[in-house]
Amino acid sequence: MNYQDIELLRFTTAGSVDDGKSTLIGRLLYDSKSIFQDQLDAVEQSSKSKGFDYVDLSLLTDGLKSEREQGITIDVAYRYFATPKRKFIIADTPGHIQYTRNMVTGASTANLAIILIDARKGMLEQTHRHAFIASLLRIPHAIVCVNKMDLVNYSEEVYDGIVANFKAFSSKLGINDIQFIPISALNGDNVVNRSENMDWYQGSTLMYHLETVHISSDHNLIDCRFPIQSVIRPHTLENQDYRGFAGRIDGGVFKPGDKVKSLPSGFVSTIKTIELNGEQISEAFAPMSVTMTLEDEIDNSRGDMIVRENNVPEIGQDLEVLVTWMSTKPIQARTKVVVKHTTNESIGMVKELKYKIDINTLHRIENIDKVEMNDIARMSIRTAKPMFYDAYKKNRQTGSLIIIDEQTNETIGAGMII
Amino acid sequence: MSNYVINHLKELESEAIFVIREIAAQFENPVLLFSGGKDSILLTHLAKKAFYPAKIPFPLIHIDTGHNFPETIEFRDNLVEKLGVKLIVGSVQEAIDKGRAKEETGADASRNSLQIVSLLDTLEEYKVDAAMGGARRDEEKARAKERFFSHRDEFGQWDPKNQRPELWNLFNGRKNYGEHFRVFPISNWTEMDVWEYIKLENIDLPSLYFSHQRDCVVRDGVILANSEFIKLKEGEKVENMTIRYRTCGDMPITGAVESEADNLDKIIEEIATTRTTERGGRADDKRAETAMEDRKKQGYF
Repeated sequence: MNYQDIELLRFTTAGSVDDGKSTLIGRLLYDSKSIFQDQLDAVEQSSKSKGFDYVDLSLLTDGLKSEREQGITIDVAYRYFATPKRKFIIADTPGHIQYTRNMVTGASTANLAIILIDARKGMLEQTHRHAFIASLLRIPHAIVCVNKMDLVNYSEEVYDGIVANFKAFSSKLGINDIQFIPISALNGDNVVNRSENMDWYQGSTLMYHLETVHISSDHNLIDCRFPIQSVIRPHTLENQDYRGFAGRIDGGVFKPGDKVKSLPSGFVSTIKTIELNGEQISEAFAPMSVTMTLEDEIDNSRGDMIVRENNVPEIGQDLEVLVTWMSTKPIQARTKVVVKHTTNESIGMVKELKYKIDINTLHRIENIDKVEMNDIARMSIRTAKPMFYDAYKKNRQTGSLIIIDEQTNETIGAGMII
Repeated sequence: MSNYVINHLKELESEAIFVIREIAAQFENPVLLFSGGKDSILLTHLAKKAFYPAKIPFPLIHIDTGHNFPETIEFRDNLVEKLGVKLIVGSVQEAIDKGRAKEETGADASRNSLQIVSLLDTLEEYKVDAAMGGARRDEEKARAKERFFSHRDEFGQWDPKNQRPELWNLFNGRKNYGEHFRVFPISNWTEMDVWEYIKLENIDLPSLYFSHQRDCVVRDGVILANSEFIKLKEGEKVENMTIRYRTCGDMPITGAVESEADNLDKIIEEIATTRTTERGGRADDKRAETAMEDRKKQGYF
């Protein structure tokens, strides 16, 4: 297996209580042979001591003491496995109502969302919420797994009904790529191996989808954005005049010789080199970390952005943002906050709270005077200095920001720029 | 490269370099916690790449338990000299001598948890506000929930229920006076990723990681190197074995594996077919099911 040349796929799993999410992850790890013997021994032992008749694969993913005591997942946990085709990072997020913030966190870096539905229960409020969050965070791909098919006699009719319900709901959401798969995580049907119990299902297994979904166009390759993290100045005799701009490319393709513009100064120059560790790079694109040097001596610093001369982002101090509120402390209009966006940071003010979104019905709730934990609300924020941004739907990196409490320094809000 | 895709190792490298650069930019006194193990060697390599042609702009801290493998210390000193980076050594022996830490007794005594005292003392002495380490989320179940930027209160403690959410590439390193951060740039790497990358980049490692002959004691199924730090229990005997290490901690607690793998290709092949986790041989994790979580809450890294 040529392990060095595989792609990385990050996906998030969202489910409701008891719909078998941990079992599904356990199954993916187990059937892809990513479980080590000592981990399996530990799980077998604790299944036995709990009096179960089968090995509870969900125990593989329970991380912290209090979770093992309560038998629920309370925070985002990251899991890893690889097949000869891909490496996978799972952001495993809990499904309880109070944990919207964790789902948003897991979704923010995902290429793909797995949405689990219990075949016996069909669409629940929580399913609406998961689908909405996946669309809000613009996860490019979604797979809806109708789980526990073994408990509905592998019925095609039940499956078709759930798929139809989901499609009726998701047509309002604008997720581009949705696949549906009937599975039994407990028995392994259609997870890694094809089910022998559902010959009416002609589609592929979950693992096959995960291994083959086309992810190379998930990054923006059109609008060149390079936020500067820091300036590298070696101060050595052989590199006296070296001035490299260190950062990670957030969009577009940069090449040496390109005419570029620095924000906020507006100075125009030409890319001299793009390099990392002294190795020259001919084309740099997201999500590569590189060091860029320019032909002219321009006094850029952290928080500045290098873009193409004829394709600049929005520049301004007034941002319209959809925010997921992450703090137990509610926020009201006219509150001072810190805004962190790309490598830039500014004092800001939440000027106006416009409306909240009821994430079950997608209806707007107008005339609000505060936004509370797990609310998703539209607000206007004014920053003390200009920010260089794109709409979130255009670029997930230059379109996102976090809101930080000025006093406690906690991250209190996750914002997507409209 | 016409389809603008990078492979998973390059993506992990890119993410780690981004995080390392964020640490340097967001904190006043960051350090790199250097254990001498492959993960911290990898981290040091990534830090070099992140700032090249400048030198790594922060010191390495090594907490010396006094029970290290001599190979680790020799390797550390060579690396530091080659990179021209500052090294700070925090000594557990010194903490014991000063009465700051109390040595465990008995045949299974280890200095592993005593590192916490020396580590916190050293971080305080140098007013460190961000300590980066080579911990990975795939190593252990408590680490699976760790953030890249992990906030510690003024007592150095980790509160797993009150972690800051981490979204997109936006890392919040703001803190109040006296608090600090632990940062884990290679959080998303697995053991296999680390070895594949070491091979790809041709990174030097201490000889411990490759197959060699050594006098060992087998205790509770774990192969330990015989050394002055280990007291034989009744019925235990010293045998000469062909072994290598998958992780690199203190001599008395780090378990070896019997292995003929004497180069990177053989190690990668061995890992691909192995059936136990790399910390499976760590006696410190076996003390209780939540041993790692308990130590992390107190300030272990």
